[in-house]
Amino acid sequence: MDFLTIIQVLDSTIRLATPLLLACLAGLYSERAGIFDIGLEGKMLAAAFFSAAIAYSTGSVWIGLLAGMASSMVLSLIHGAASITFRGNQLISGVAINFLAAGMTVLIAQDWFKQGGRTPSLEGAARFSPIELPYAEAVSGVPFVGPIYFELISGHSILVYVAFACVPLTWWILFRTRFGLRLRAVGENPAAVDTAGVSVVGLRYAAVLICGILCGIAGAYLATALQAGFVKDMTAGRGFIALAALIFAKWRPWYALWTTLLFGLLQAIALRYQNIEIGNLVIPVQFMDVLPYILTVVILAGFVGRAIPPRAGGEPYVKER
Amino acid sequence: MDKMPQWADIVLIPLISLLLAAFLSALVILAIGESPVTAFNLMVDGALMRSSGWGYTLYYATNFMFTGLAVAIAFHARMFNIGGEGQAMLGGLGVALVCLYIPWPHWTFAILGATLGAALFGAAWAYIPAILQAKRGSHIVITTIMFNFIAAGLLNYVMVNLLRPAGAMDPASPNFPEATHLPTFRDMFSTADTIMFRGSPANVTFFLALAACVLVWFLIWKTRLGYEIRAFGHSESAANYAGISPLRITVIAMLISGGLAGLMSVNTTMGEAERLVLNSTEGAGFIGIAVALMGRSHPFGVFLAAILFGFLYQGGAELALWTNIPRELIVVIQALVILFTGALDNMVRMPLEKLFLALRWRKV
Repeated sequence: MDFLTIIQVLDSTIRLATPLLLACLAGLYSERAGIFDIGLEGKMLAAAFFSAAIAYSTGSVWIGLLAGMASSMVLSLIHGAASITFRGNQLISGVAINFLAAGMTVLIAQDWFKQGGRTPSLEGAARFSPIELPYAEAVSGVPFVGPIYFELISGHSILVYVAFACVPLTWWILFRTRFGLRLRAVGENPAAVDTAGVSVVGLRYAAVLICGILCGIAGAYLATALQAGFVKDMTAGRGFIALAALIFAKWRPWYALWTTLLFGLLQAIALRYQNIEIGNLVIPVQFMDVLPYILTVVILAGFVGRAIPPRAGGEPYVKER
Repeated sequence: MDKMPQWADIVLIPLISLLLAAFLSALVILAIGESPVTAFNLMVDGALMRSSGWGYTLYYATNFMFTGLAVAIAFHARMFNIGGEGQAMLGGLGVALVCLYIPWPHWTFAILGATLGAALFGAAWAYIPAILQAKRGSHIVITTIMFNFIAAGLLNYVMVNLLRPAGAMDPASPNFPEATHLPTFRDMFSTADTIMFRGSPANVTFFLALAACVLVWFLIWKTRLGYEIRAFGHSESAANYAGISPLRITVIAMLISGGLAGLMSVNTTMGEAERLVLNSTEGAGFIGIAVALMGRSHPFGVFLAAILFGFLYQGGAELALWTNIPRELIVVIQALVILFTGALDNMVRMPLEKLFLALRWRKV
């Protein structure tokens, strides 16, 4: 494997890790506030469809992005209503949201575009185009550093840089602001937050809505940057990989970055090489596909470091009287 | 304090939830520009007015009974088994191996063997998440989701690399031998002059599903193990105090749940396709969640809800055939049922409780 191949694999790692990273950070906000969210997949899917559909009809990808975020936030509000206001089962609500998105996107796509549940291909301003970073062309000739800068770091769509910027931002919000402290507290011990006179319901809704925004960007990235349009079930389990990454990262922003990059790398390798041969041993492509899930089960089992979720996760808060 | 009479809890709340889901689905159909009434008539016509329609409805219902019971029994132990899909896939593998590699003399023996194979493989796939939950405290919902994906990868590998006959293009096992053919409803109920259930896949496995409903009812309410499962589900600490081992109950409940989910494959793999194909489960494992919620985790409720979803499935296929409404409408209805009967249960329950309380005060 030569240098350029490695660069190309790493380049597609970044592309594939971006939606995972955004969805993973989305889940991080929600779960740190004590709301389990297995509906990441559905929110991404809804956002992917609405961003592609609106970008196609308006010709502006930015309006598409807003529409994607809005649709994802609507699903977030349903999840919030079910799990915060009506104190329902958060897991069941997440399952419902996944199915709702899977069904509604195809239904609406068929009604609007009549193309068997997909949107027409996006072109021009209806897509996020790659951004050339300054001097990328100029330094591309420099050995080693040149290709890394030109191929790997430059030339992604704006959403990729947004996703990576979200990591330090999330860290700062969670660990350096008052809002972040309260958010984490509400996921560990909501009664304490309530006693301090801060609204548990308000904080949890805020977290769920932030989750919706980030899932919306992730979905929009899939449909308008990574690919040119929406196809049925295009998230293909990415929401669940993000969920796996979240556990793998032990609900921490920087770990989330490394984990999603690792999972992105696995996807990139599985995409590029079908079966990998090491000596006489052939690693089938299916194994690469399921490796993130296997790793997550191993982590969950506590064989390699223990993943301890926020203590009040999954439990509705009932104010004492 | 008893807030509501029991019939309201068991009948009224699911009914209202169902009506809400139906109302929203009707709005969706209206928004697409079709008439909900016509759509409903088409569905009834296609699923219930002909014996072949019933053949499909009951075929789907058979799947949903198994997966619904699987989710229901886990609910009784207060566990959420989302892994029905993966367990059913593995069950399919069990059925295929039993049918392909054991020379069965007659279908009666073959169905016993296949039942055993399906249950064993399904249970084995549920065993690992169960033991991890019981011993290491890893959340069973997450592990079973992961196991669904791992099962899909495993099945894909086995089909493409091992079971596929040499030279065949599509990833599927060879056809099962003739002796393992299960009698369909057509074979069983047709007379010399009238052919019933023409071309429909319902088969003898339906009665296996009915038997499973009865057995699960007996297990949960009439046996010591069932009592322990329910006790564990109501309060783990109390069950622990009474000498019920959490490890044992978690594992046993999940084994039964996984086994039931696996049994679904006897219907799809042996009864219908007569070979193992990719994605033979078609999401039935997930519909089990809606069925169990709708049926309030009671085997009889699961039976009714499974028939309802069988009707929706067959009716939805008819709609896709005759109108512009894609099959995905069923997925939306399924989502709404899960949402209203599961997650938004309190939205229906709270006002009803207030209403009954007010009525009682008036009487006093």
